[in-house]
Amino acid sequence: MTAQAGPSLAANPRLDRWLRIEPDGRVVVRSGKVELGQGVLTALAQIVAEELDVAPARVQMLPATTDGSPDESYTAGSLSVQHSGSALRAVCAQVRALHLTAAAERLAVPAAHLTIADGDICAPDGRRTSYWELEVPLDRDVEAGDAKSSADYAVVGRSMPRLDVPDKVAGRPRFLHDLRPVGMLYGRVVRPPSRGAVLVSVDETAASRVPGVVAVVRDGSFLGVVAEREENALRALAALRAGCVWKEEDSLPDERDLTGFLVAAPSEETVLQDTDSDDPPPAARTVRARFSRPYLAHASLAPSCGLAVWEAEQLSVWSHSQGIYKLRTAISRSVGLAPEQVVVQHVEGAGCYGHNAADDAAFDAVLLARSVPGRPVQVVWTREDELSWGPFGPAMVVDIEVDTDAAGRVQRWRHDVFSNGHTSRPGPPTAPLLAATHVEAAETAMAAGDPPLHNGGGSGRNAVPLYEFPRQLVRAHRLTTMPLRTSAMRALGAHVNVFAIESVVDELAGLAGVDPVDYRLELLGDERARAVLQAAAERAGWGRDPGPDAGLGVGLARYKNRGAWCAVVAEVEAQASVRVRRLTIAVDVGLVVNPDGVVNQIEGGALQAVSWTTKEQVRFDARTVTSRTWEDYPILTFSEAPPVDVVVLDRPGEPALGAGEASMGPTAAAIGNALFAATGVRVQTLPLTAATVVAAMG
Amino acid sequence: MSSTRLLVNGTTHEVVCDPDTPLLYVLRNDLGLLGAKFGCGLGLCGACNVLVDGHPVHSCDTPVWSVAGREVTTVEGLGSDGRPHPLQEAFVEQQALQCGYCTAGMLVTCAALLEREPQVDEAGVRRALDGNLCRCGSHNRIVRAVLGARTPAR
Repeated sequence: MTAQAGPSLAANPRLDRWLRIEPDGRVVVRSGKVELGQGVLTALAQIVAEELDVAPARVQMLPATTDGSPDESYTAGSLSVQHSGSALRAVCAQVRALHLTAAAERLAVPAAHLTIADGDICAPDGRRTSYWELEVPLDRDVEAGDAKSSADYAVVGRSMPRLDVPDKVAGRPRFLHDLRPVGMLYGRVVRPPSRGAVLVSVDETAASRVPGVVAVVRDGSFLGVVAEREENALRALAALRAGCVWKEEDSLPDERDLTGFLVAAPSEETVLQDTDSDDPPPAARTVRARFSRPYLAHASLAPSCGLAVWEAEQLSVWSHSQGIYKLRTAISRSVGLAPEQVVVQHVEGAGCYGHNAADDAAFDAVLLARSVPGRPVQVVWTREDELSWGPFGPAMVVDIEVDTDAAGRVQRWRHDVFSNGHTSRPGPPTAPLLAATHVEAAETAMAAGDPPLHNGGGSGRNAVPLYEFPRQLVRAHRLTTMPLRTSAMRALGAHVNVFAIESVVDELAGLAGVDPVDYRLELLGDERARAVLQAAAERAGWGRDPGPDAGLGVGLARYKNRGAWCAVVAEVEAQASVRVRRLTIAVDVGLVVNPDGVVNQIEGGALQAVSWTTKEQVRFDARTVTSRTWEDYPILTFSEAPPVDVVVLDRPGEPALGAGEASMGPTAAAIGNALFAATGVRVQTLPLTAATVVAAMG
Repeated sequence: MSSTRLLVNGTTHEVVCDPDTPLLYVLRNDLGLLGAKFGCGLGLCGACNVLVDGHPVHSCDTPVWSVAGREVTTVEGLGSDGRPHPLQEAFVEQQALQCGYCTAGMLVTCAALLEREPQVDEAGVRRALDGNLCRCGSHNRIVRAVLGARTPAR
């Protein structure tokens, strides 16, 4: 297989930027991608071990740092295996070839006669050398070369256990929250009580009297405290909060008419696809439907954390950011340092599922640490701030209008999505870190943007249907005002777009009197889409009777229309509440690097989608977010989590595709369709709860 | 400030702090036992769970004075003689986590469950874990791991 370069390698061509061969028998790898709990460093280690022909245990994956790692931008979009994996594959293929050449010279044997086993390079006559002895210089750029054929894979394609699991199970420190550098202080930040609130005055007396308080930091409406002990930082936080006078005003839309707000707010229109015609044939029937979801919280189990220390004019930051280089850009700009004066190193946090408050917490630590030069300051957000001040997955509305002929065939398909943009990741000046919008010299956040469709899209992700209907018009309306900060949350717009499209396709199947799976198969030309749909239907026993008050539903999508294919069959029971009884999933991610890793990501994504789709809703009043604890923002519990059966269709000859976000949209759609099968009610408003079912009946 | 005597994972410690300090901070910041995690501070997520006299408690809202003289067990103390607890082995076997931030709380909660109810069934495991939140969607793997760690019935 020819090694594909890809964007990561184009930006970081030098071999030694990616790996070192150590004389002690280790291969030390620096990827620019970071571990978010998705197991990516294990998958990348497998690729390295495979391509170099060394035991996986020799591969040491270093955490990403701006001080030495390749800049691979964000770890996002289910692209790590595609981008970093393809880069490492090419790098390792060349490193292997360079060592073979050097060994051939040393042993005076043609390279083609040498074999490599666990880094040992052997000649046919038994003489040997190794990676660890040859000391081949790697200070050169990668060149195009041949990587291994997938038919020869021995490590890739196996369910290698995750590298980080033993530590986490033993309770050994691995998280940023667990770092305890010498002299570390504990910082906490008082967030404003509402959006746009301005700090008029603060009485610091009580906070300053808390034992061990080292500093109270105020800059405009940014207010924080630094203490020797964590419990005292929290006491001082409460005391400071009690001493604040804020000027507040209403700034948020009416939660009860969020849909109305989204379709009426000023927006920028992008045509994502237009194969419509001016003279469509007359419609025998027109189907119109409006789908919506509320704002969603990333709701990481760990409140975000940041750690920073200022030493002379050098700033060191530790963060669980998804983009350490971009974070460095944002921090250095805001504090007026050159980027070279700032080092950002990644340390694991809890799963983030997109752009959460990780970067904001890092900047909080920077601002507080500035008041105590030489001493590291760790900031941990409160649970309340994590659920109410982190960026949200945008609330969305999708309108679909379909004209059909008398036989129920689609003549014309129109899809309009209304949403705030899906990215305000730090880096550009238009997307300042949270505290930078609260300080005296405040930076102004622009409304979140959307990646262009050729980069996967944001609001419009998966808005273009997988089916090829005649005359399609697909448009995204990105809001240019942003009452609540929104940014990337797993799957971006695909969650609602797929929910909407697949709900309407089910409606059309019903109108045509055709089974929903058969109806889709009739429309689908894409063989791999057909294959996952058939596999999921077969495995789920499609067509069986799930009993009273229950139904089966199906959902299908190809993530970003060019990533993994995923079909989900949901079995849903609707009595006093909406309960997902079982999910059956078939997925095609091309070449499978780590089968259990893929299953883990697909089932994890599906269960998170069950939670979003049946439970979650950010609540707010005219001024502030009111869902601030797990009681106000409940997520899926163990008793509610359905069994998930995942079938992975292995395609060893095809490029590897990401698995982290493929199951979200199809899961939401399958649940909606199963709920319809169970109740005869088409619920178009998320979350799908007893209340929304009743409302849809009305 | 006062001194509190604690028995944690079989070792006695004297800690000097305000007696109202949450046990979690004493474990993490004074004793260097970083396995238990801060998740919410309100006893709603289970990430901070430890065992006190064998029962799971939320160490985030348990004042340290209240556990003086009682036996505290954290995830670090689940195994014995350098050998991991069967649950820890089962979690590795099942790869029963993604990010792993909730793992320590899950493990101690389930260790108490298996002690109390060695033949617990699946529904019982799920009920016992309803106070422990997982955001990654590892629920079913965790349940399988717990079921797999049960002592075989005689």
